[in-house]
Amino acid sequence: MVRSRDDIVRTIGKPLLADDERVKISCRNVNVYYGEKRAIREVSVDIAEQEVTAFIGPSGCGKSTFLRCINRMNDTIKSCRVEGEITLDREDIYDRNVDPVLLRARIGMVFQKPNPFPKSIFENVAYGPRIHGLARNKSELDEIVITSLEKAGLFSEVKDQLDHPGTGLSGGQQQRLCIARAISVQPEVILMDEPCSALDPIATAKIEELIDELRRNFTIIIVTHSMQQAARVSQRTAFFHLGNLVEVDDTNTIFVNPEHKLTQDYITGRYG
Amino acid sequence: MNKQDHEARLNLIKSRLKIRYAKEKAFRAAGVTAILTALSMLAILFITIVGSGYSAFQQTFVRLDIHFDQEVIDPERSGDPEVFSQADFAGLVKKSLRKKFPDVRKRRQKRDLYSLVSSGASFQLRDMVMNNPGIIGSTKTVWMPADDDIDMYVKGHIKAGEKGGGRIKDYKLAWIKELSAGGAIEKRFNRTLFTSGDSREPELAGIWGAAVGSFYTMFVTLVLSFPLGVATAIYLEEFAPKNIWTDILEVNINNLAAVPSIVFGLLGLAVFLNFFGLPRSAPIVGGLVLTFMTLPTIIIASRASLLAVPPSIREGALGVGASKMQAVMHHVLPLALPGMLTGTIIGMARALGETAPLLMIGMVAFIVDIPAGIFDKATVLPVQIYLWADSPERAFMERTSAAIMILLAFLLIMNAAAVILRKRFERRW
Repeated sequence: MVRSRDDIVRTIGKPLLADDERVKISCRNVNVYYGEKRAIREVSVDIAEQEVTAFIGPSGCGKSTFLRCINRMNDTIKSCRVEGEITLDREDIYDRNVDPVLLRARIGMVFQKPNPFPKSIFENVAYGPRIHGLARNKSELDEIVITSLEKAGLFSEVKDQLDHPGTGLSGGQQQRLCIARAISVQPEVILMDEPCSALDPIATAKIEELIDELRRNFTIIIVTHSMQQAARVSQRTAFFHLGNLVEVDDTNTIFVNPEHKLTQDYITGRYG
Repeated sequence: MNKQDHEARLNLIKSRLKIRYAKEKAFRAAGVTAILTALSMLAILFITIVGSGYSAFQQTFVRLDIHFDQEVIDPERSGDPEVFSQADFAGLVKKSLRKKFPDVRKRRQKRDLYSLVSSGASFQLRDMVMNNPGIIGSTKTVWMPADDDIDMYVKGHIKAGEKGGGRIKDYKLAWIKELSAGGAIEKRFNRTLFTSGDSREPELAGIWGAAVGSFYTMFVTLVLSFPLGVATAIYLEEFAPKNIWTDILEVNINNLAAVPSIVFGLLGLAVFLNFFGLPRSAPIVGGLVLTFMTLPTIIIASRASLLAVPPSIREGALGVGASKMQAVMHHVLPLALPGMLTGTIIGMARALGETAPLLMIGMVAFIVDIPAGIFDKATVLPVQIYLWADSPERAFMERTSAAIMILLAFLLIMNAAAVILRKRFERRW
């Protein structure tokens, strides 16, 4: 087992995509610091369009930190500093001219713990479109809300209680509500930070099905602790370890035939 | 581990268990004792105040037949209210008293006779004539407030005819007995207490002027301190960078909350009266001074309640592309509002009971008129209590207690409002 961080110099597997057309997000030599501490070192990876990319790795490996760089959520943490280049459609998202608010309208996010607003179900989904001015009138807004809830597979369950508080739903329903909220502004990318870690297996299965559905319209990056989940929902998998991106490849390859010893050990459950 | 060891271990735990429970019991007993002590102190306070103050809600009245003499009120029959208001109404009262007790001849006894009825009686008669000039020339039965000494005697607070010459002489006592035997002395609800401003005469003194003054002062304080306090808290908690300057600011705000209130009064005197030349004794200045005093409380409470809002709500809002401002205004603020309101009302309740800083800016003045606005001269409830407590008349003693009861009622209402508002705005997340 590799103990030192410097053992890994270069990511192995296929971190960069050969086909330029498929690249939605590309990251080059990304370093993230919390104060003096480097949490992510020299990560370079491409994220393909309309595909699910899973980030896996043991706790504290930096996968969530890296995910939060992609929609500049780390901007809110004062001590956090990001170096390197991350592009969305070949446009640097850390460019001075890029507005993080606009960026987050293009890159939505679903969090680990379901965090619906303490408002009605309708208001939860309508909030995004409303602040961005996406609906010209009430009926358009209604339509956006209903479509978003339908896409999130929640509409049939809540259609009679749209005015009830979103916080009154079950955990799994709350998380789907958060997904509906994220897709209501029609982002191009959805980041999911361990979306099922607070849910029971049945709710998890529903979310996983949903992710598979959403793949058709959105580019999805999911951080997960569960290797089975990564294997089930993703097309490509990236394995992080101690802030390094160890190996990236097609999910099949990673799980069946990993190249790196660390990846192999993690996947076979020798540590994690 | 064998069975014996196992049992020994269990016995050890059991013996410790007894001590643990005994400790818990002792702690609970201490808690109950503390609460009971506090409650009994509170009970003593209430019993003393209510016991000495409840009688102030009644006032002794004397019934007299007043002849509204045309010759005295308006000898030239002008019908001019201006002329009525100049008339000698006190003379009418005296005349009526002389008629009732024709035997009184001596000058000094006459003066004592006139002092049976409050000097405010003449104003009461004047108002009657001003409102209805038709009664001129007729004789009416009028209930008039008795002088405070009579009031105190009727209520049993002072004794008459004791050795050393009590305040009420024997012949005066005889008049009172005669009057009350004829049903001409009666205790009635003391409306004056609730409708009048201050007065040198206890039977004419009321709390209303001070209550209105308190209202205006509190109004100025609330209008200034709530928005300022909440805005400061939001800025410091959500937007300000964390550096040495904001740290210094925070220490100073916390310090300010502990500054003795009289210091704020001196500040108000120096800044608002001497520098800005704002009117002395006015609720606007009182409100400004109390704003200084209340602000730290509101800021600290507001920051605490902002901090209590889970960060996941902020992230959720930012995640769908809300700006920082929108996340705070749409999501964080509504959740923090109940705590902010509670802090504000606690601060306001403290300001309502504050006397010291207001003494410095002249709100301790003797003010009879009811203030009509924030620039009028006024006093406030606690200062009124202080003024009355300082007055020598026995009748002011019960009025002091009554004023304290009214102030406590106000505080109770404000604190109840805090609880209701908090329950109302409280939301789950």
